[in-house]
Amino acid sequence: MAIKILYFASLREQLGTSEETLDIEAGLRVQDLLQQLCARGDAWQLALCDNPHLQVAVNQAVAGMDTVLNDGDEVAFFPPVTGG
Amino acid sequence: MSEWVRVQEADFDLSTEVARLRGGRRDVGAVVAFVGTVRDINQGDSVSTMELEHYPGMTEKALTEIREQAHARWPIENSLIIHRVGPLQPEDQIVLVAVAARHRGDAFEAAEFIMDYLKTRAPFWKKETTPQGSRWVDARETDQAAAARWEKE
Repeated sequence: MAIKILYFASLREQLGTSEETLDIEAGLRVQDLLQQLCARGDAWQLALCDNPHLQVAVNQAVAGMDTVLNDGDEVAFFPPVTGG
Repeated sequence: MSEWVRVQEADFDLSTEVARLRGGRRDVGAVVAFVGTVRDINQGDSVSTMELEHYPGMTEKALTEIREQAHARWPIENSLIIHRVGPLQPEDQIVLVAVAARHRGDAFEAAEFIMDYLKTRAPFWKKETTPQGSRWVDARETDQAAAARWEKE
């Protein structure tokens, strides 16, 4: 199944990408997806898995590490928000 | 995007927006409006430009949800949230939160609640340019604490 992944702000810059589409196995959770992404190399490990402040949203709503992903989901990773 | 939640590059005019918010209602006795502006200094460094990034779609959802929570919690007549994105300069207006109510107490509290939640829940990110280069602004503990106050009641 395919999901869309978005990266914002400092994560987008660290990873050099703002968006990608990825084929993943059905039933994967956010934390499983993160493990796959972090296996890509040091920059990914540092920006995502070694980042205690990492925030995640699934389908534009705040999600957790245990959130199960479904076909067509939009997953977003970003740092703590700083608007206002 | 709704009429009362706007994310835009363009500036806004306070008087125009407050008049629109009131909408000629004669039962409104209080309007509280907060305008956030770009400072020219942060953490001891001078700031020449502030770039606002956001997550289109989620931003509007988050702001709409915050506004609905305020309306469920306080007896207010109307409210408005405008947040700017893109490049901004010191002195520029960034955000407007305005609340119209019968009485000032509810208007003050609802406006502060909306701002506190906006600062900790709406997906905006600031990047500032200083003489040392560009840097992403860090989230502040004090903003988290301000938002947490509303959980206790």
